Amino acid sequence: MKIIFFAKIRELIGKEEENITFPEDVRTVNDVVSFLKEYNKIYYNVFENNNFLIACDEELADMDYKISKTKEIAIFPPVTGG
Amino acid sequence: MIDIRIQSSDFNFGKEIKNFQNNKIDGAVVCFLGSVRDLKLEERLEKLEIEHYPKMAKKVLEETAKKALKKWNLSQCLIIHRFGKLDVNEPIVLIITQTEHRKDAFRANEYIIDFLKINAPFWKKEHTNNESYWVEQNKKDLDMSI
Repeated sequence: MKIIFFAKIRELIGKEEENITFPEDVRTVNDVVSFLKEYNKIYYNVFENNNFLIACDEELADMDYKISKTKEIAIFPPVTGG
Repeated sequence: MIDIRIQSSDFNFGKEIKNFQNNKIDGAVVCFLGSVRDLKLEERLEKLEIEHYPKMAKKVLEETAKKALKKWNLSQCLIIHRFGKLDVNEPIVLIITQTEHRKDAFRANEYIIDFLKINAPFWKKEHTNNESYWVEQNKKDLDMSI
């Protein structure tokens, strides 16, 4: 699965994107977050303060959103445009 | 008619309003222009950098304009949002709404900017003479959308 990052989270992770193969039991956005928190300390820090949003294929997704058909997950801070 | 543009280059808002007036579809045209401000007291803003998620930003702006078009019966709607490094006083965002009656044009315009501020994937980073930091989401923007 392609994971892309933006803004402050991109800077914290230190890269624009990463390809990660999730195990079969990672089915929802919440599972993705739990998996990544265990994946390494940097992800843990990003998710620990809850100041993030997740989009699946360019749509904002809730934590219980199922990722079975998702091709791209974007992780970013709350938006500040306009 | 909906026109969505996400661009790094500057725009001429006078010309854009004139285009709306020239298309004599409806009489009420409302324009919102958001620009880079330097509100700092102890340091000086040198550049405002805007990052965006291109595919999703385009999608969110298009969907927002479509909702407004339907709800307030807009004849025309233009949204321009810039990205890249901008100077103080440079324009960031332009929203123009056109309807038969002014109230609908005002309401649609406000709806679009309020929705955009909490849903469209753009992020601001301020570069001052001392340091650089990401702008945090304004709680007032969140409250206004509820």
